[in-house]
Amino acid sequence: MTATLTPPYGQLTPDSPAPDNAFVVELKTFSGPLDLLLTLIREEQLDIYDIPIAHIAGQFLIRIRTLGLNEAAEYLEMAARLLRIKAQLLLPRGDEEAWEDPRGELVRRLLEYQQMREVVDVLERRGEERRNQFARAYLPQAPAAPQAPLALSLGELLAAVDRVLRVVSRPDMHEVIPRALDIPGAIALIRSVLAHRARMRWTDLVDRRAEPWEILSALLGLLELAKLGELRVDQPQPFANVEITRDAASEAA
Amino acid sequence: MTPLAKLLEAALFASARPIATDELAALDADASPAALSAALEEIREHYDVDGHGVELIEIGGGWQILTRAEYTEAIERAQLAARPARLSAAALESLAIIAYRQPISRAEIEEIRGVNIGSVLKGLHERGLIDVVGRGEGLGRPLLYGTTPVFLEHFALRHLEELPRADELAIALRAPMLETAGSVNNTATASTD
Repeated sequence: MTATLTPPYGQLTPDSPAPDNAFVVELKTFSGPLDLLLTLIREEQLDIYDIPIAHIAGQFLIRIRTLGLNEAAEYLEMAARLLRIKAQLLLPRGDEEAWEDPRGELVRRLLEYQQMREVVDVLERRGEERRNQFARAYLPQAPAAPQAPLALSLGELLAAVDRVLRVVSRPDMHEVIPRALDIPGAIALIRSVLAHRARMRWTDLVDRRAEPWEILSALLGLLELAKLGELRVDQPQPFANVEITRDAASEAA
Repeated sequence: MTPLAKLLEAALFASARPIATDELAALDADASPAALSAALEEIREHYDVDGHGVELIEIGGGWQILTRAEYTEAIERAQLAARPARLSAAALESLAIIAYRQPISRAEIEEIRGVNIGSVLKGLHERGLIDVVGRGEGLGRPLLYGTTPVFLEHFALRHLEELPRADELAIALRAPMLETAGSVNNTATASTD
């Protein structure tokens, strides 16, 4: 990994589609914030045990901006961590004995990461060696065998159709009769009843043997009038009878 | 070649996977472990000295006949076989961590790598390089991952101990200079069990 940044650096390429819709980015140049940080430390030949945090935090921020990584949460988190350590280092050390270097945890992680990268180098080398040798039973991925052509006589086909038709029961047919709702009629009815009585109930409005279209018309008419402010609709509790009251305000007007 | 060496050669030729030493022993009940290793050595020497296009190598806890690297290009050009795709850097990093810290949970791997690794683990699992080896004690009893025999084969390793021990790595952690670095030493020493 070198300092020279050749395009397309920092290009974010979506990895294989993640199942949980997580936005996964595979970075061309760096495999994570620790990788970037280690690269910076190596480039500037800094002592990993005595990192000048203020300097490295600045470099880190510049780098993620140039690489267009400053939208990746993991890099942002590391940037925030560096800035926090930087702030902690600025605080006066009260007790020199009890003072804990705020860089300790970061150093531990960096070393751990660096060690892992060494193992990666070993694996990469060995994997490449093995890649260049073929085992005996190599089987190229055979394409799925094409479907055998259908061998069928006319008689067999007809028999099959007959079998299918016999299984399918005759569907129940019924005629659908369109019934138009009569909302103006319902409105006129409600108005005329309320002209005589200040209040009424739903059951007064709709007969027990009412047909669905009548019930629906009454309901829509009622709602329409409620919207117009001509009446109020109350239901004291769920499933109770609906009480319809002439609206006092509209009466006054 | 001795009859035992020929028998072993035939078995190794027939098998797609490396054959473990005890599996080879089952081919001939009378053969002593010493006779087996002598026979294997005989085959290897036969291939090496007489100049064969294949070689016998110890890999993945067993033995396997593989083509020699110098013929790979020609074989691939003739489309008789194809090299498997290389693993991505992200996959290799995760594998390295799993190999050293197994059994390990996804969260622990992410902690070391500093990035989210969801789809990477899935890919490694699909390639048979890792497997779920148990469940952790912690919150939600996370799945724990470990490497498989395919992992050893893929990296031409006889066994996991062939990977460098933590203290053999060039960056073997040196004496801490920070007051807090006492913890550095302990936690970063990868175990190779």
